[in-house]
Amino acid sequence: MTRGFAAILIAGGGLAVIPLAGLPPFYESFLYLVFHWIVLATSWNIFSGYSGYFSFGHGAFFGAGMYTTAYLASRFEVPFLSTLPVAAGVAMLLGGTLGAIVFRVREIRGELFALVTLAFTFVVGTIVLNTPIDGGPGIYLSAVPVPAIGPTGASSFYYMGLVLALGTVLVALVVFHSRLGAGLFAVHDDEDVAEVLGVPTYRYKIAAFSLSCGLAGVAGGIQALFLSYVTAGETFSIIVPLTVVLMCVLGGTRHWAGPVVGAAAITSLLYAFTAGNHPVAGKAVFGAVLIVVILFMPEGLLGRLPKRRMVGAYELGTPTNGAIATGSALPVGHPSPTRELLLDVRGLRKAFRGVQALDGVDIEIRRGEILGLLGPNGSGKSTFINLVSGHFRPDAGKIRFDGRNLAVLEAHAVARSGIARTYQIPRPFAHLTVRENVATAAMFGSANLARAAAVRDAHHWLEFTDLASFANALPDDLNLHQRKFLELARALSSRPRLLLLDEVLSGLTPTEIDGAVDLIRAIRDQGTTIVFVEHVMRAVMALTDRIVVLNHGQVIADGNAAEIMESAEVVSAYLGYSGTYA
Amino acid sequence: MALPSASLLAQSILSGLFIGALYGLLGLGLSLSWGLLRQINLAHFALAFLGAYLCYQLSSVGGMDPLATMLVIVPGFFGIGVALQWVFSRFRISPFNSLLVTFGLTVIIESVIQSLWTADFRRLNSSYGDITFRIGALYVPLPELLTLVLSLVMSLAIWATLRHTDLGRAMRAAAQDGGIATAFGVNQKGLALLLSGVCAALAGVAGVCIALSYTLAPAQIYAWIGVVFAAVMLGGLGRALGPLIAGIVIGVSESITMAITAPSWAPLVSFSLLIVVLLVRPGKV
Repeated sequence: MTRGFAAILIAGGGLAVIPLAGLPPFYESFLYLVFHWIVLATSWNIFSGYSGYFSFGHGAFFGAGMYTTAYLASRFEVPFLSTLPVAAGVAMLLGGTLGAIVFRVREIRGELFALVTLAFTFVVGTIVLNTPIDGGPGIYLSAVPVPAIGPTGASSFYYMGLVLALGTVLVALVVFHSRLGAGLFAVHDDEDVAEVLGVPTYRYKIAAFSLSCGLAGVAGGIQALFLSYVTAGETFSIIVPLTVVLMCVLGGTRHWAGPVVGAAAITSLLYAFTAGNHPVAGKAVFGAVLIVVILFMPEGLLGRLPKRRMVGAYELGTPTNGAIATGSALPVGHPSPTRELLLDVRGLRKAFRGVQALDGVDIEIRRGEILGLLGPNGSGKSTFINLVSGHFRPDAGKIRFDGRNLAVLEAHAVARSGIARTYQIPRPFAHLTVRENVATAAMFGSANLARAAAVRDAHHWLEFTDLASFANALPDDLNLHQRKFLELARALSSRPRLLLLDEVLSGLTPTEIDGAVDLIRAIRDQGTTIVFVEHVMRAVMALTDRIVVLNHGQVIADGNAAEIMESAEVVSAYLGYSGTYA
Repeated sequence: MALPSASLLAQSILSGLFIGALYGLLGLGLSLSWGLLRQINLAHFALAFLGAYLCYQLSSVGGMDPLATMLVIVPGFFGIGVALQWVFSRFRISPFNSLLVTFGLTVIIESVIQSLWTADFRRLNSSYGDITFRIGALYVPLPELLTLVLSLVMSLAIWATLRHTDLGRAMRAAAQDGGIATAFGVNQKGLALLLSGVCAALAGVAGVCIALSYTLAPAQIYAWIGVVFAAVMLGGLGRALGPLIAGIVIGVSESITMAITAPSWAPLVSFSLLIVVLLVRPGKV
C-alpha cells in the first residue's frame, strides 16, 4: 500500500508541473481526457471490478453529475466549482437508492445486474429528456465561466482532471487494502459464503456503489463544462459503460491500477486515430484490441499482480508454531461437555415450496460437546445448518445462541456472534489464495481482526490444518481433501464458539478420515462446541458425545451412540423396516 | 395529455404490434444464444444491420428483389454464426466475456459499415414500400406486415423444433448440462455450431425486415439494444415464443404511451417494465 501511495504521489507531482512547460493547449486537453477516463474507469472498478457486479449504469451516474452541474450553472448561475459537490451528491444518492432496492433481491447478480443498471440508465435519460431539466434541445454551458485554476482554460481543465484522477485512484487504493475491499473481493467469488463468514454484504455493496457513483458524478460535472453542451442522447447511452468496462477489463479489474492503465491506453489509441484522420479505422482497432485482450488475456494487463497482495503484510508477523502444540488461539473452554446450554433451538420450521424440510425441530446443544446430527438424505440436516448459520430465515421457531435470538439476524451478524460453518462441497473463494481465504474469515468472523493480524492468524490455522505449504496457492490447485481442510481452516480462523461441520469427511480416504478425526478432537479440546453432520459412522462413533437423528424434518431420536443404534425408529428410518423386533 | 380518438388509438396499437414483431424477431436469436449457448451476443444487432445494408446493396444496386436477398444473406450469416461459435468454444469464453468480445465485434462491424456505406442515412426504395392495405379505418403497410409474418413463422418454427423434435430435445438437454448430454450421446459441439448459425441467420432475416421498413445509419445499431434486451429478458431466456410475446407487449405499450403523451416518453415504459419484472420475479427470467 505504501508503494502504491508513493507511486500515485510521484505521478501526481510530475504531472502537476506539465502545464508550466508551455506546451500547446492541445496536449493539456488530451491529457484532461485521459484523466477523465481514468476517473470514470477507476470509479467503476471500485465497485464493479472489485465485487464482480458489472454495472452498465455508469452512464446514468456520470450523466446525473453532468446534468446537475449543467442545470445549476446555466439556469441558476451557481459558481461552477460549487456545483461539483452537488453533482457528486446527486449521483451518490441515485446510486445508493438504486442499490438499496436492487441489492435486496438475491437473484439480481451478474448479467441481471448489468441489465437492470442499463435499463436504469435509459429510464433516467428519458426522464431528463422529457422534463425541464433538459426538455429536448440539450443545455449550453458556453456562458458559464471556467474557474481560473491554471494560466489558461485548457490548463484549468487539466488541473481539475488531474486532482480528481489522483483522488479517485487514491480512493481505489485505500478501498483495495481496506476491510471494504477484502469484503468486496469475497463477494466477487461467492457472495453467499461471504455473508455467512460475516461480511455485511448488503451494506458493503451499497457503500461501494455509492462511492463509485459519486466519483463518476464529479467527472460528469467537469465534463459538462469541458464539452460546454450536453444532450441526453449522448450522455445516457450504452457507449459510456461499455467503454469503461473495456478499459477496466483491459487493465485488469482485480488491481487498483488496472483501470488507470486501461483508460490511458484506450484513450491514447482512440485519440491517435482521430488525430490522424482515421476515426473509423480507430474504432475498428478498438474493437479488435478488445477481442484480442479478452481471448488471450482475460485477466487484463495487471491480472497477474494481485496474487502477491497479502504477502507483504504476512512477512511483518512472526510465524507461529503449530496450533495443536500451542493451542492458544482458540478461546479456552471446558474440555468436557457441561450441562450449560449454548444453542437452544425450539419449534424450528422451514418449508421450500411445499416441502416441509424442518417440521418443528427442538435441539439443545451444550457448551463443549460434539453433537452428531444424523439422518437419511433429505431429512433436514443441511437445512438445519443453513438456518442456524443465517443463510435462510426460518418460517417459525426460535434459535437462541447464548441468549440471543439468531432467527432475526442477518447471516453476517450470526457469524459475528460466534458461529461458523463448513460446506459439504467446499466453496472456497476461487480468486483468493489459500491464505487470503482464511484471513478473510478471520477479519469478518467473530475473531474480527484487522487485516494484518488476520493474515498472521491465517498462517496459524494453515499450520493447524497442514496447509501452510499451500498458503500462496489458489484453491483450484488443492485436492478434495485439502479443500475440505481449507473449509475447516476458514471456519476456525473466525474463532467460533459453535462450529457447524457439514459432511466434512465425505469423499475422504480412511487414512484422511483418521487425520480429520484427530483434528476435530483437537478443535473440541480447545473449547469449541461442534455440531457434526456426517454419514461416516466410524467417525460419528469415535467423536460424538451425543447424537440427534432427524427424519422427514423431525427429531426421531436423541441420546448417546448406543441408545441411538437401538432405537427402532432410527432403524426403520434407515432400513425401511417398520415392524417391531419380536 | 388529451386522450386520442379511438381510430388513432387502434392505429397505434397496430403499429405497436408491428414494431413488437421486429423486437421479437431481433430478440429471438439473442434469446436462443443466451439461453441455450450461454452467450450474450451483442453483435447480433450489428449483424442485423449488416444484413440490412446487404439487402439494401443487393436490391438497390444489384437489382434483386429485397426478399430474394435472403437467399444470399441467410446462408452467409449462418456461416458467420458457425465461425463465431467455433471461436467461442475454442477459447471457452464465459457469458460475461462473450458480451465484451461481441461488443468488440459490433464496433468492428460498425466501422466496416461506416467505411462502405458512410454514416449518411440510406433508404431502400422497394416496390413493397409503397403498398399499404386498408382495413376499415386502419392502414396496414406491407413491409411491416411481412415483418410480423416472418417473426411469427420463425418463432413458431423454432418453438416447434425445440419442443417436438429429437434435435430440439438434444439442444435443450445440452444447454442444461452439456457434460451429461454428451455422455448420453448428444453431439454438443455440433449442436452449438448449428444453433449459433441459426441465430446469426435470424439476425440476417431481421436485417432484411429492418431494411424494408426503416432508414439505415451505422449508429442505429445501438438504438435497438436496450429495448430488445428488455424483450428477451421479459420473454424468458432460451424460449422461442417469449421474445415475440414480450416484444409485442413492449411495442404496444410504447405505442400507447406515444399516442397519449409524447414519443420521447416511450423508453420509460419498456425499461421501467423490465426493472419492475426483474425486481419482482427475478427467478422467472
